[in-house]
Amino acid sequence: MSFSRRETILMALGAAAATALPMSARAAIEDAIAAFTDGAEMAESGITLTAPEIAENGNTVPIEVSAPGAASIIILAAGNPTPGVATFNFGPLAGAQAASTRMRLAGTQDVVAIAKMEDGSYAQARQEVKVTIGGCGG
Amino acid sequence: MTMSTLKTAVCGLALLAAPLAASAEELVVNGEIEMITETEPAAHLDGALSTVRSGWTFRTTETKALQMDDFENPAMISVDNGMAAWNTADGAEGKSCADCHGAMEDSMEMVRATYPKWNEEAGEVRNIQMQIDDCRVNQMSAEPYGLDSRPMLAMEAAISSVGRGQVVDVAIDGPAAETWEKGKEIYYTRFGQLDLSCASCHELNYDNYIRADHLSQGQINGFPTYRLKNARLNGTHSRFRGCIRDTRAETYSVGSPEFVALELYVASRGNGLTVEGPAVRN
Amino acid sequence: MADNVTPRVRVPRDAAAGETITIKTLISHPMESGQRKDSDGNTIPRSIINRFTCEFNGESVMEMILEPAISTNPFIEFQAIVPESGTFAFTWYDDDGSVYEESKDIAVS
Repeated sequence: MSFSRRETILMALGAAAATALPMSARAAIEDAIAAFTDGAEMAESGITLTAPEIAENGNTVPIEVSAPGAASIIILAAGNPTPGVATFNFGPLAGAQAASTRMRLAGTQDVVAIAKMEDGSYAQARQEVKVTIGGCGG
Repeated sequence: MTMSTLKTAVCGLALLAAPLAASAEELVVNGEIEMITETEPAAHLDGALSTVRSGWTFRTTETKALQMDDFENPAMISVDNGMAAWNTADGAEGKSCADCHGAMEDSMEMVRATYPKWNEEAGEVRNIQMQIDDCRVNQMSAEPYGLDSRPMLAMEAAISSVGRGQVVDVAIDGPAAETWEKGKEIYYTRFGQLDLSCASCHELNYDNYIRADHLSQGQINGFPTYRLKNARLNGTHSRFRGCIRDTRAETYSVGSPEFVALELYVASRGNGLTVEGPAVRN
Repeated sequence: MADNVTPRVRVPRDAAAGETITIKTLISHPMESGQRKDSDGNTIPRSIINRFTCEFNGESVMEMILEPAISTNPFIEFQAIVPESGTFAFTWYDDDGSVYEESKDIAVS
């Protein structure tokens, strides 16, 4: 990879901005959670989140969520520029309240899945996914 | 120990060993194409490697899984496009690939496993892409795709896909020998400000990490390869370019005689592995 | 419309009445996040598939809202109950207003 002097300086500025990011990112995910749950309490069981402990590449991270009895499940990524990843709304012909997809993670961070149950209660699962940043990788 | 207890002990060991070997992560695509992901080095490697391993063996469980089912492998979208192009007439002659070559599954099965290959008429070693564009220009009177272009990679991926599971066996003797020697020389030449040869990383340090990257042997039996990094198919020569660029060197260009020679040499280092392209890699 | 958008769907050909089946879908799409910049430093505008639905004989199996954090060539796997013979309808909605559709029949024995 080749960088011009100007790009290198820009990257340095970017790194400084990234250091400042966690506060605002934290606020963004709290807002997203509140928007989904209306501030309700969340149980810590009843939902399963399956993601790799270490993702080989942040571009394509497989994730599976499952919450028997859920009406919908939201997936959020705390450290992305915007926290939203996906929302699943299950219909009457859903064979399970579960789904798998592939997501982008901007770096090592917590992934959060929250289920809204048919009875109006909420459950959440949280997992840190480490994202490796390449050494060269051509 | 009596003979019978010895036998029992040996049997016990054999029983133990069997499931271990089976769980040593075998690559079977779609539950039917059995791949050889580790094998004895070819004689011409002259002891340079103690074992020959597919790039698949260096990836994480999640990345490996993407290649085990064609539906999970995003490269198969391109294979579909390549198959469609194979059967579609193009160019002034109004011919499709299929008009001359018939079904891809029948005529192209052994192609990926044996290329790059000496072309007697042209008097040079050619890779699949050169052959495809030669066909397009001279047989179909169509525009060439261009090396490592998207339609070219889709066609190459389709041709590779019908040859999956075939054992790589590129010829390095006879008229190809000179090109192979040239490729070998490039493989061991240190390039760039970082002063690295292909061998520095992929022969002497495979299985080690370069920062966070798990170094493979740089085998090319999985090309064209869908990389998670750029979420598209990547050609062998473009990959060579990326590697050499990272040594901070001026690189050869895609389709250059140097890269054709290097492609033949690197392919020969993987003789005995199976065709995996389009594979999924980091 | 993004170039060459091709949906692929895998549904079993037949099932028993009331059986739960697994469905996999993949669609070719760049899922441009709106976060990237081109070589001149200009932001590349967001262009993603933002919604996916699956229905069976007109009744909902599931709906997914996709955000820019979904990977290129979106892959979705989920499960459906098949009460009778019929048709699955799959629909992907693009930011630019394009709609991509695919359908699969299934026979209940």
